[in-house]
Amino acid sequence: MSDIMLKTENLGITFGGLKAAQDVNIEIKKKQLYGLIGPNGAGKTTIFNLLTGVYKPTAGKFYLDGEELTGKNQEAINRKGIARTFQNIRLFNNMTVVRNVMVGLHNNPEFKCNPFVSAFRLPRHFKVEKAMRERAKELLRIFGLEDERNSLACNLPYGKQRKLEIARALATNPKLLLLDEPAAGMNPQETEELMDTIRFINKEFDLTILLIEHDMKLVGGICEELTVLNFGKVLAEGETKEVLNNPEVIKAYIGD
Amino acid sequence: MGKINIKIKPKHLVNYSIVLVMLLIGVVMLETGNLRPSIAQLFTQIGYSIILAVSLNFVVGFLGELSLGHAGFMCVGAYIGGLSAVMLKQALGASAKLPVLVIAMLIGGLSAAVFGFVIGLPSLRLKGDYLAIVTLAFGEIVRNVFMNQKIFGGARGLTTGSLTYDTRRAPTLFIVTFIVALVMLIIIQNIVRSKHGRAITAIRDNEIAAKAMGINVTFYKLFVFIVAAFFAGCAGVIYAHTTTPVLYTFFSYNYSIEILVMVVLGGMGSITGSIFSAMFITIVNFMLQSQLSGDLASLRNLIYAVILIVVVVFSNAPALKSFREKYSLGALFAKLFRGKLSDPAKRKDDEAKWDRVPTKIKMDALLSTDLNVDYTPARPEDLNGGKEGK
Repeated sequence: MSDIMLKTENLGITFGGLKAAQDVNIEIKKKQLYGLIGPNGAGKTTIFNLLTGVYKPTAGKFYLDGEELTGKNQEAINRKGIARTFQNIRLFNNMTVVRNVMVGLHNNPEFKCNPFVSAFRLPRHFKVEKAMRERAKELLRIFGLEDERNSLACNLPYGKQRKLEIARALATNPKLLLLDEPAAGMNPQETEELMDTIRFINKEFDLTILLIEHDMKLVGGICEELTVLNFGKVLAEGETKEVLNNPEVIKAYIGD
Repeated sequence: MGKINIKIKPKHLVNYSIVLVMLLIGVVMLETGNLRPSIAQLFTQIGYSIILAVSLNFVVGFLGELSLGHAGFMCVGAYIGGLSAVMLKQALGASAKLPVLVIAMLIGGLSAAVFGFVIGLPSLRLKGDYLAIVTLAFGEIVRNVFMNQKIFGGARGLTTGSLTYDTRRAPTLFIVTFIVALVMLIIIQNIVRSKHGRAITAIRDNEIAAKAMGINVTFYKLFVFIVAAFFAGCAGVIYAHTTTPVLYTFFSYNYSIEILVMVVLGGMGSITGSIFSAMFITIVNFMLQSQLSGDLASLRNLIYAVILIVVVVFSNAPALKSFREKYSLGALFAKLFRGKLSDPAKRKDDEAKWDRVPTKIKMDALLSTDLNVDYTPARPEDLNGGKEGK
């Protein structure tokens, strides 16, 4: 197969008269770290919502690894291999950290266990639970959250909640990971750590990553290519350095 | 390795042992001949109240959907199960009491489960108050439909006199009831503690995130409604064996609320709490009915209400917090079984209080900012500050 992981064709959505996104064409190669930037309200999160099935596109199509996923629902898209994090953190607040990650592992075929087996605690139940817990711990270790695995997710500090969200998304074993402002609310040192982590998971898990970010240091530091959105349309795309120096882009961000 | 490590945690055994202890007390009283029929009746009532409260807690406390129609499911079980029991009894003869009860319970439970499926469907689209109204309407519709069917006795109710399970000598229905309660506890508690329980609580905590994690929300919502309705139906069949006639007025909105009170009083998402409050409320009701006489009897509902208010205030008032922590049952059990382990630093994997939570309410406030069309993303520093404020 080709080396394209995600391809969108004229993807667009309108809400009533508002064109939130139109004619968006993005091509992401396998194992690439790709950035999606743009001023506030440009439609970046809308694109994420389209790609994960929260919204159904009113125009265009998108393909993951050559397979068309347009119009599928969120659960199906996740199972096909797109996982995401949210801009405003959405953890399972009343569950422990390790349980949050274990929810992410739910659909892994290794951990299949039907409700009947669970209801009567047949041996398979114990085997699956133990294996899930081990896997979740491994994932938490990568993000340095192992020691906090038994505290409630809502009691974690903000930066760690962001990391936990990424860990939980990784647990679903995705091909493409969508990160919505992963560094929002982090201090420079935490951002630095996060950059290392993102690079690490990109290599370690053979992941393709698409991220939205406002922190240009992070974007410039890890993204190989960028797409810039403005008013729902693609303003520029290409290699990170070129795009960031594009006068059009600077104008969109800072104004005349 | 290959060895399966089965950890039995005292916390989970508490629930089984409460029911077992009551069953034992009942059996001992029966054997020694001290069990008066009215007390046996009380035991049966406690049994089916536990079944109703825990199964409703599965919906309200764990799935996080407010259901006000639980008496409706019980009604389905009582009428359909009751009628099939009457018919079975004619077919099988008067000696086959237990098989009749068991088969009728399956029939009643399954037909209630069908209604659970039907009521589960709107829960996929509706949230919070709106779903509550739908379930409320369901409860009212069901009992009115049964009232108007000739085959179920119409307005005079379904006559189940021939079913009387208890004889004056040997009132044994409570044994069956407690065994059903045990089976239900095993099934619901084990599901809650498995990966499926995690998926269900994930839906409660944040439905959007659960969908994004690939959790099959449709399946789990219907699953929870069906399981809860099934056991409510079983409770209905037991009820049909205790009273004659089975009257539609019993399954009114008030009774649904009474079950909900049991759940709220015991704590949403706390199975032990549901068991205790089901016992408490049933006993209070029984005492008020049997002990009060004369003028006081007419004040029965008032006294009941005052007792409820006092209990709720006691269990929630901030001023009584230190007192509660010292003397609460939870603290007592922690002291008895867990010792120093309740220190959060030494907690083992399973021991977080993840199952004791308020339901969805707060999540709705946080919901859908990034799904809102004219929402502009906050700057990083705003996000950080804004989050603390909420």
